[in-house]
Amino acid sequence: MFLTNIEEVPGKRIIACYGVVSGSTVRAKHVGRDIMAGLKNIFGGELEAYTELLSEAREQAMLRMQQQAESLGANAIVNVRFSTSSVTAGASEIYIYGTAVTVE
Amino acid sequence: MWDLYFLISLIVTGYIFGQIHERRHYASLKKRELEMMKMVMTSSKRPLGELGPIMEAKLVQGGVVISVDYFKRIVTSLRNFFGGNIRGYETLVDRARREAILRLKESCPDATQIINLRLETSSIYKGRGNQIGSVEVLAYATALYT
Repeated sequence: MFLTNIEEVPGKRIIACYGVVSGSTVRAKHVGRDIMAGLKNIFGGELEAYTELLSEAREQAMLRMQQQAESLGANAIVNVRFSTSSVTAGASEIYIYGTAVTVE
Repeated sequence: MWDLYFLISLIVTGYIFGQIHERRHYASLKKRELEMMKMVMTSSKRPLGELGPIMEAKLVQGGVVISVDYFKRIVTSLRNFFGGNIRGYETLVDRARREAILRLKESCPDATQIINLRLETSSIYKGRGNQIGSVEVLAYATALYT
């Protein structure tokens, strides 16, 4: 599966287009991470646990998007965009969308 | 009275550790940015210059969550009263963005060029008042290999 965030897959020609595919995930952090983050908030610095949480969430959302594209018969997704929002306090939503296409 | 001492000790530890963290982080950012200078990166959709045939293109990303220290949060709440630049938060988002871009670059050391860089800032704690002041930055781009 080719993924790019530009309009094309460089060096390849698009022969079919299937429209927008997307994947999203809402993840909450657990209490342990929250306490550590609270402590870190006094000293400042990187919150590794949250960095990890967000990257896991992104992986999962990306996987869902890829599965959707595969079920349509696409072999590439172009113009991928990431978006984040907070649905509820303490949880983060990652939303990834793109256009499913077939390249030769 | 003890509450006051506790608050003051929080502010002092926040100030000391926060400053150390920030200085150390800036030093490491500068060093790594110099190392990564050679990699060409652009936010435009077309690669810079002529690259020749492209063998592979893939989506790359880098993300980071950085928290502010207690001293800066107190100073910021004062600043909210008087208005003006909040320098503490400016350096916070600056560090987070540079770190995210560096991680993106480090994830694809063999790329010929990185194009269409996009930065997304998000927040885990948006709906929760100012309980935890942190900023989350995600950088994503397309890496081209020739």
